[in-house]
Amino acid sequence: MSSVADFFMNSPHPPQLARIVERIQESDDIFTLRLRFSDAALQDGYRFTPGQFNMVYLPGAGEVPISLSSDPEEREGFAHTIRAVGRVTQGLAALGRGAEVGLRGPYGRGWPLAEAEGKDVFVVTGGLGCAPVMAVIHYVLKRRERFKRLVILQGVKHSHDLIWRASYERWAQEADTQVLLAANATEALWPWHVGSPIDLVAQAEFDPAHAVAMVCGPEGMMVAAARALKARGMDEADIHLSLERNMQCALGLCGHCQLGGKFICKDGPVFAYPEVKALLERGGL
Amino acid sequence: MQRPRIAVHKFASCDGCQLAFLNAGAALLTLAQRVDIVHFAEAGWLDPLAEVDIAFVEGSISTPHDIERIRAVRASANYLVTLGACATAGGLQALRNGIRESANWVADLYASPQYIESLPESRPISAHVKVDLEIWGCPVTTEQVLGATANLLNGVAPVNPGEPVCVECKRRGHACVVVTQNAPCMGPVTRTGCGALCPGVGRACYGCFGPAELPNAASMAKHFEQSGLSKREVARRFLFITSAAQPFADIGRHYQDE
Amino acid sequence: MHADRFLPHAALQGLYEALAERGYAVIAPRVKDGAIFYEESRHPDSLPWGIRLEQDAGASRAVQDTHTQCFAWANGPQALKPLTFAPRETLWRIKRTAVGFAVEAIEHAARPLAVIGTRACDLAALSIQDRHFLGGPYPDPGYAARREDMLLIAVNCTHPASTCFCASTGYGPAAEAGFDLALTELEGGFVARAGSARGEELLAALTLENATPEQAEAAAASVRHAAESQTRAIPGTQLRDALMARLDHPRWREVAERCLACGNCTLVCPTCFCHAEVELPELDGSGSLHAREWDSCFGERHAYIHGKQLRPEISQRYRQWLTHKLATWHEQFGRSGCVGCGRCIAWCPVGIDITEEATALLK
Repeated sequence: MSSVADFFMNSPHPPQLARIVERIQESDDIFTLRLRFSDAALQDGYRFTPGQFNMVYLPGAGEVPISLSSDPEEREGFAHTIRAVGRVTQGLAALGRGAEVGLRGPYGRGWPLAEAEGKDVFVVTGGLGCAPVMAVIHYVLKRRERFKRLVILQGVKHSHDLIWRASYERWAQEADTQVLLAANATEALWPWHVGSPIDLVAQAEFDPAHAVAMVCGPEGMMVAAARALKARGMDEADIHLSLERNMQCALGLCGHCQLGGKFICKDGPVFAYPEVKALLERGGL
Repeated sequence: MQRPRIAVHKFASCDGCQLAFLNAGAALLTLAQRVDIVHFAEAGWLDPLAEVDIAFVEGSISTPHDIERIRAVRASANYLVTLGACATAGGLQALRNGIRESANWVADLYASPQYIESLPESRPISAHVKVDLEIWGCPVTTEQVLGATANLLNGVAPVNPGEPVCVECKRRGHACVVVTQNAPCMGPVTRTGCGALCPGVGRACYGCFGPAELPNAASMAKHFEQSGLSKREVARRFLFITSAAQPFADIGRHYQDE
Repeated sequence: MHADRFLPHAALQGLYEALAERGYAVIAPRVKDGAIFYEESRHPDSLPWGIRLEQDAGASRAVQDTHTQCFAWANGPQALKPLTFAPRETLWRIKRTAVGFAVEAIEHAARPLAVIGTRACDLAALSIQDRHFLGGPYPDPGYAARREDMLLIAVNCTHPASTCFCASTGYGPAAEAGFDLALTELEGGFVARAGSARGEELLAALTLENATPEQAEAAAASVRHAAESQTRAIPGTQLRDALMARLDHPRWREVAERCLACGNCTLVCPTCFCHAEVELPELDGSGSLHAREWDSCFGERHAYIHGKQLRPEISQRYRQWLTHKLATWHEQFGRSGCVGCGRCIAWCPVGIDITEEATALLK
């Protein structure tokens, strides 16, 4: 029989300690926590692929799955961009620099970055869907020579939901990079598209035959985006989506994240469109 | 840092839900160390209009004076929690709602009915003011109330499970009284929180914690009828402690009127 | 291979003692509140002697009869699942410190259990649960600790209930694998077969006679009869494509009119593994417990995601359950998730029958 100590050491359940080194208010209800594991060796050895997520634990409240939004090669720490929508995320929103949280991860399958090398990268995001692909954008821009064109298409419900506006403006100036922004409702002085982000797929300058699309946002929007990309001539297998479901364990055990025969937490959250197309298009599953 | 202030208010009720605090034993002392209890008449603190962080409210709104009081409570509280079936669904006393003759009952029962001023219906707190958290039960349990309080003191919204009694009944390994006794158990459509108390002692749940999150009351009623209950008996299963809560109210009246 | 032995009813006490000597707590069936439960037992007197089970959709009664057997019934609402997949357990505990908090270990008091009376359907279900909790990249330590030293004494099913359909799933009524001992009850005792070295060692220690050819044949015949007497059947074991092609079948709405969404089917199902995690902060602010508890795909937590309920209707929840169990389970486990124990039929308060629903859906 294993000893208690062994049990604990081997248990995948308990979180590790991490400290908030910076907190950035991105919009009214969106904030970024820059974090570092309290254990230096753990921090040194921590690696993730953009598109993967951590379980973030607020002691006394519970855990939530949050995707990583920072550059994967940053070694001093990592970042989570979070919208305060539920009881745990609202609790996390109240934390400041220096506060300690629990963390375990990274979990799941991330974006197919290796597959995208030598090709155009088309990032389509809706709402806070931008957070999981933010790490992709950082990744591509830092290794510009490995990729061809970068198209960033971001849609928000209301223009004031757009975070990282300065970043988008900066990226728009980069070579071989196109930034397309859309908001369904806008305040004054919105220089970009008013309407659905899907409308902008037609304006993207890229080579559909040699591109990988990474799509993240509400399911309806992702299905619409995948159809629009297909209409532009992309192969469905080159279109990747990041899905979201209730996740409680992130270990493929608790069963909450099931979609058909998939466990989103371990088989995803990133899927090639053909893997989930039938299930997503019909909804209610 | 100033300690959070709490108040416990009573409206039309039996005082039983307040016992969730008074029966808490050592936990009540723990609570008293973390918060300032500024109003709790049953326990001796009296300051009904004091500004508080959390106001716990027991009882339904049954008189014009209650309406004034609950508005004052709401105005004084940052976070308002209703405790129990009366405060959350109008309570047992909501059985008089919609019954025309109920106005005569006062005259029949009391020697000086002129001193009694009741609203035509007993209604939940949420019918009059915004409620932040509704804790169901008749009565609520210490675990529910102190669990919610611990969450609030920790700065997060409490969870408020709406799962049916059956889930907890099975976790505890009780024999299902519907399946083994053909008992008219309300467990499948009633929210948990009691710890599956009644099925645990071999009797049918009578629905005192109110409707579960997705209750199929129509199927439950039909099942009761098929297992031998008269329409009137079916109606009584639903028109009892949370008679004003939907969908119990509609299904109960449907069977009562047939 | 060792010969089958005959274990007289009178020798059961010796079996209990032998198990106790080897450090096992004995878990055995007993009648409680009109149903059969698996509980710790010190003496075979507490077995369901003379008990017959009157079971149908939505009804189950353990009835005292005049016969002299102790396994003349099919199953109770639970068997192995609560012993391995705990209904509720703490995963970790935290204590607040001056600078943050510390995560603390949980004492895991798993002890060796010997379960007498495991049915073939439950062994099949156990192998699915083993694969789920132990076979992935993150084996579950609580499950592993409870499972590690579990001795399983199967009793082949000779009296299936009307709700049983293991013959059609292929997982019963005879235990084929995964047991230490397998017994088949006859008048006066059991034909006993070892399925492991541990089981053989136990049989040897009990110094039993070999089973006669007549006893062996009587045992085989009663199991055959148990299979033949089953009246319900699942309409096939490869239903994935057929069911996934019927996601818009009107039957989902029809069954939802009866379904109470109470979750009983999932909670009695020996293969269902869903659980929710809950956080229980201490009132004094000093710390918190993080626990998990059985959950159900019929419940509100299952498909809830930041303010949105992905399966708000009962028809969608029933469809999730049935299509997972009989269809998409194949993608995850290479087989159906239904072993044919019939519990979801018997313990559904309104008697919804998975075999009937699956059959109707295929039409």
